[in-house]
Amino acid sequence: MTDPNTLSPLDLDMPDKTFLDANELVINMGPQHPATHGVLRVILRLDGEKVLGLECVIGYLHRGVEKIAENRTYTMFNPYVDRMDYVAAVSNGLGYCETVEKLLSVEAPPRAQYIRVILTELNRIASHQLWLGTHALDIGAITPLFYTFRDREEILKIFEKYCGARLTTHAFRIGGLQYEAYDGFERDVRNFVSFVKPKIDEYEELLTTNRIWLERTKDVGVISGKDAIALGVTGPVLRASGVKWDIRKAQPYANYKNFEFEIPIGENGDTYDRYIVRMMEMRQSLRIIEQAVEGIPEGPIMAKVPKVMKPPVGEVYHSIEAPKGELGYFIVSDGSTQPYRVRVRPPSFVNLQALDVMCRDQLVADVIAVIGTLDIVLGEVDR
Amino acid sequence: MHEIVQYIESYLSSDKTPGAAGNFFWATVYVLLVFVGLSIAVIAMNWLERKILAHMQVRLGPMRVGPHGLLQPIADALKLLLKEDIIPDGADKVVFWMAPFIVVLAAFTVFVVVPFGPTHAITDMNIGILFMLGVSSLSVLGIVTAGWASNSHYPLIGALRSSAQMVSYEVAMGLAVVSAILMTSLNESKTGTLSMIGIVQAQQEQGIWFLFKFFPLGIIAFGIFAIAMVAETNRAPFDLPEAESELTAGFHTEYSGFRWSLFFLAEYSAMIAVSSIAVTLWLGGWLRPFPNLLHGTTWDLAFSFIPGIAFLLLGAMCFYNTARMPKHPLFKIQTLGLAGFGAVLTLIGLLMFLPPVRDRVGDIFWFSAKVAGFMYLYIWYRGTFPRYRFDQLMKVGWKVLLPTGLALLILTAVVGMRAELLAQVKEVFQR
Repeated sequence: MTDPNTLSPLDLDMPDKTFLDANELVINMGPQHPATHGVLRVILRLDGEKVLGLECVIGYLHRGVEKIAENRTYTMFNPYVDRMDYVAAVSNGLGYCETVEKLLSVEAPPRAQYIRVILTELNRIASHQLWLGTHALDIGAITPLFYTFRDREEILKIFEKYCGARLTTHAFRIGGLQYEAYDGFERDVRNFVSFVKPKIDEYEELLTTNRIWLERTKDVGVISGKDAIALGVTGPVLRASGVKWDIRKAQPYANYKNFEFEIPIGENGDTYDRYIVRMMEMRQSLRIIEQAVEGIPEGPIMAKVPKVMKPPVGEVYHSIEAPKGELGYFIVSDGSTQPYRVRVRPPSFVNLQALDVMCRDQLVADVIAVIGTLDIVLGEVDR
Repeated sequence: MHEIVQYIESYLSSDKTPGAAGNFFWATVYVLLVFVGLSIAVIAMNWLERKILAHMQVRLGPMRVGPHGLLQPIADALKLLLKEDIIPDGADKVVFWMAPFIVVLAAFTVFVVVPFGPTHAITDMNIGILFMLGVSSLSVLGIVTAGWASNSHYPLIGALRSSAQMVSYEVAMGLAVVSAILMTSLNESKTGTLSMIGIVQAQQEQGIWFLFKFFPLGIIAFGIFAIAMVAETNRAPFDLPEAESELTAGFHTEYSGFRWSLFFLAEYSAMIAVSSIAVTLWLGGWLRPFPNLLHGTTWDLAFSFIPGIAFLLLGAMCFYNTARMPKHPLFKIQTLGLAGFGAVLTLIGLLMFLPPVRDRVGDIFWFSAKVAGFMYLYIWYRGTFPRYRFDQLMKVGWKVLLPTGLALLILTAVVGMRAELLAQVKEVFQR
């Protein structure tokens, strides 16, 4: 295993030492490439098929979200966060709303908390389903994509019924919720849970014991727990390396401490373990949803928040466990209606750093598998 | 004039292929027939693959161009022909131009010896199977030149992968083929044959498809070939040379329009070609199923109805779907088209019941049906399997298939010669 501290930085401008040795090849993977999940550009240095090193070039999807925040009021910035990790928009919204709530020292009422948890966990499943489909597609199994998209559709339908949007939902408001759960929300969620349980088994049937899948994912992109921590990697990628770190348990937010669930962890930190961890996480999310939907209390859905939000001067950091890892918001308030600074700690951006470590001395095909297994969303990497 | 007619008619009573009989006219007719048939098969395969894959993936597939997307392949072909013909600036123009033609030529030339029936082949060579293997491996030359001439990294890697893959799997494939050829020598004269027609006739004489011969040796040999042939044709799960998630499109990344469509054509005809080798060697070529269990003139008659029935069923399927078409004025033409297609299929089916036709198409039908089974397998693989990695692919080729193939070859030889071997052993002991 490569130690991230001793890795030599890539020097792509350096003239080729092995000039007459035609083996070394530099290829540009991306920004338009079918398997880089958006506009990631990876400069690969190859020795035949072996990866000598790689460098990620990002920023093709940079929209200056953090700067935009400084020119918007706290409420106005809320929809923008949905556009970062657009496959898990609800989680982004939850993180932002909770951070501002922390700054304002208000807390969303219990009913709002429950609905938030249900929607966020549904979103985690949707995000993992999208990850599974695209990851399998990258490795060459084209069929799971259609199965996962078919089932993800049911989640999006619930979102659509709840707030009118499917992808960038803007589901939550600072202080609670804007919309009361629609009639039949609980029934829909229960139906979904019983619908999707056998479907997850179906995905596993296609892949988990598939010989080719095992060969392509076992011992590919291995990262040890120590390295993962050193690189700041979080989420399923960290847990697959055997580190039991889930912010839902470690620093409970929302009302996650009310629910019983386990944190699945892996052993080897390879692509297969990350796959298994995410599959188990989907099942745990279903468990949380089942508990939450049974216990939705009656009551208000919005806490008392001033119409014009002027949080006290100060700064706050709050993080949640997004589907891809630790999603943190650091907000500095100068007492005005607009934040002085918003800094987002996106899980994809930090996890992407591990790509070089995970891909060294592996083959080109593994780079694709590792990009898939890191589950990056370029909207979040570039912001 | 009379002589020409006589020349043409003289072949009709022959029991040889036109090439073997030296009849130039009929050989040309057969070449044209095979070419047209193959082109239709590729077009049909294009539609079927998209449709079958779509249904495996809970979607509909092409539905817009023509009823149930039946005209989609034609629309695609037109689109490809009308596209701008691009040769990249840095490419080696002559080689770039030549590469797709090499591939297509190799893929089509092999059909010279494919036996659709005892007389239904362009020609019968005494080295038929060697010719097929040799010419079909020429296509790797086209792929390598395509990758090199593009002067671009992805095609180059794709071409390298392709050449390595084809070379390694050819070895295992060859071993499997040899073990089947050994089986052809189990007759009175102890001479085998390499002729494609001869191989099928050997199976007929021995009364068994080589698939079931020396159970399980035949099946293993067939299995090796079936794996190697998927690798040979660069199809999933061995489609590394064109792995779209890694190499964008592999060796044909820089090709577009008509040139690209030539690669497409070659890929599909190569699939059909290797499938026909497999059918010829192990599945009894043009022979109908169960010749041992269900023999006699009654069964022969019953089986000769199957081609007609198959087409009637296809026609019935069309009519059923015609009845299910939306009853909306906009769908009128599509409904009519589907009904017309069904009518054509039914007509062909009815034609096949006529005694003179029935006697002549049976072998072509069974051969095509078996090849079609392989085509379905190809699609099924693609819908099911992830892609192998390059080193794993090599591992499967050299460490699994090759030793198995070698062992199999020796075992087949030993089992085939067991009587002679035993006699010799006895002789040694008696002395």
